[in-house]
Amino acid sequence: MVSELPWSSKTGTLRRELAEGMMNPSCKYALEAALKIKQQKNASILVISMGPPVAEEVLREALAMGADYAILLSDRRLSGSDTLVTSHALAKSIQTQCKDFDLILCGCHTSDSETAQVGPQIAEELGIPCVAYVDQLTPKQSFVSISRKSDGFVETLEMDFPGLLTISTTCHVPRYVPLKGLQNAFQSQHIKTISIEDIDLPHDFSGAKESPTKIINVYSPNTKKNNIVLEGSPNYVVDQLLNQFGDKISSVIEKDIKTA
Amino acid sequence: MKSKKKQIWIFGDYRNYFQNRVTLQLLAKARELGKEIDADVCALVMGHNTQEYIDEYIAHGADIVHSFDHKDLAVYKVDTFVHLTAQLANQFCPEIFLIGGTSFGHEYAPRVAKRLQTGLTADCVALTINDKKCLVQTAPAFGGNLLAEIITPKHHPQMATVRPGTFQELPHDYDRKGKVIQHDYFPNSSKEQIRWIRSEREPQTEQSLEKASVVVCGGRGMQSKKKFKKLFDLARLIRGEVGATRPVVYSRWTSPETLVGQAGKQVSPQILFSFGISGAIQHTAAISDSKFIVAVNKNPNATIMKMADVAIVSDANQVCSALIKAFKKRIRI
Repeated sequence: MVSELPWSSKTGTLRRELAEGMMNPSCKYALEAALKIKQQKNASILVISMGPPVAEEVLREALAMGADYAILLSDRRLSGSDTLVTSHALAKSIQTQCKDFDLILCGCHTSDSETAQVGPQIAEELGIPCVAYVDQLTPKQSFVSISRKSDGFVETLEMDFPGLLTISTTCHVPRYVPLKGLQNAFQSQHIKTISIEDIDLPHDFSGAKESPTKIINVYSPNTKKNNIVLEGSPNYVVDQLLNQFGDKISSVIEKDIKTA
Repeated sequence: MKSKKKQIWIFGDYRNYFQNRVTLQLLAKARELGKEIDADVCALVMGHNTQEYIDEYIAHGADIVHSFDHKDLAVYKVDTFVHLTAQLANQFCPEIFLIGGTSFGHEYAPRVAKRLQTGLTADCVALTINDKKCLVQTAPAFGGNLLAEIITPKHHPQMATVRPGTFQELPHDYDRKGKVIQHDYFPNSSKEQIRWIRSEREPQTEQSLEKASVVVCGGRGMQSKKKFKKLFDLARLIRGEVGATRPVVYSRWTSPETLVGQAGKQVSPQILFSFGISGAIQHTAAISDSKFIVAVNKNPNATIMKMADVAIVSDANQVCSALIKAFKKRIRI
């Protein structure tokens, strides 16, 4: 999550080093879905993230929750990547580091920009099937059975392995991490940090340059109204509100309100 | 030459036609943009027996409709739709491609963008053309406290998704004429990697929040799940519905159906009470049609306080309790 203006006007990109490390909420749901599969099947979980070195904390949290391995793609040359380039870098990471996967789970969107693009775009690049906003999933031998709500329809589908799902925030409520697990995770050595050379991108690759979208301006929306400001004790402000606007409220709720 | 004219594409998202007017809203916006770059407005319709939608799209502003009509397209299938769209886009090279921000649109658009190796801006709140004839895509950024203007200078099409309710549709004009281009669809005979087993309409969910004339919204400033519940007491007293912000829904103080925001519901009440909400754009975009806003927040500089008609600088919880007490005393039954 971001507190101060995290935009560099020079480069036109998000300065992620100012963002505190925390796991994107919907990615936690995806991890929870993976942990449930691990409980039923003989599966191992690899978590992968692209970000500044501080993103390591997020991976350690994932290990504490029950993931087995972690890879952090961290490289300054990737800063300023938009979703198209981010999905490219992550797809290359998967191809070079863990190409024998059966299933990729992603959060359905990020909490900072909510683009919901990277998951489906990874699937496109890897040439595997993809289903987004999945509520429930049941892995079978060669496919996964899926249920989701989409635009007022309840859909039941089957998707062959290997494939990619993005997980909604409705069903897989993330588990709490026991403190002991967190301690162990911070002591373990399971995080592998890689750079763009490890994923077969050219050494002069620039995420910002390769990105088709460019931010040209960032501003704070101005919505100032000429409004009435009430200050004071809760009882006082409530009395003021009802004395001045009781009639208005009364007409909307169709009940009589005493205004004095 | 007419055929060489530039094209602006709109994805024809006709499912839920009567509840969801986003395609019509985008057609209206595309007409505006089309005048500035001298382009035809084109709707892309994939489905089966879609003539009624095609007519509607023309009546609402489409100059050309690209249509795929085949019984295998009767159900929305994202992989097939992506495939057909990418092929057609390579043939016609549209300048701009706008997609409604439905669940389907959010799944479909990024894959089309990836296949065409172009950029995509999510959930735009404004679209304009700049002096270099580029599409300026204004979208919430960095958690929603800021707006970013984004361009896609060197790649085509310039793609954006827009949530329903962001733009206004044009009135019906049945005298408008448009050209319909039928494209051939050849079903793929190989085994599909995704199999649609069932697709059923969800039982009609209550739309009470969207239609309510009084809405009581709560945010993190309500402090706890237990205290948040007081909003339901307040809402009952004044015949209102309760809405919530994303942090509240994520903390499971209330159900996801109560989410008021770009990813949730749009509300347009006569009166909106807002408790302990600072006002991220994803939320404020969904309440901007409210006629009268009473906001309670400790921080007088919170965005919501600037939007409010009455801004109460105080603790959301205490004011909520005081308001419940006052209404109990003052409402005559």
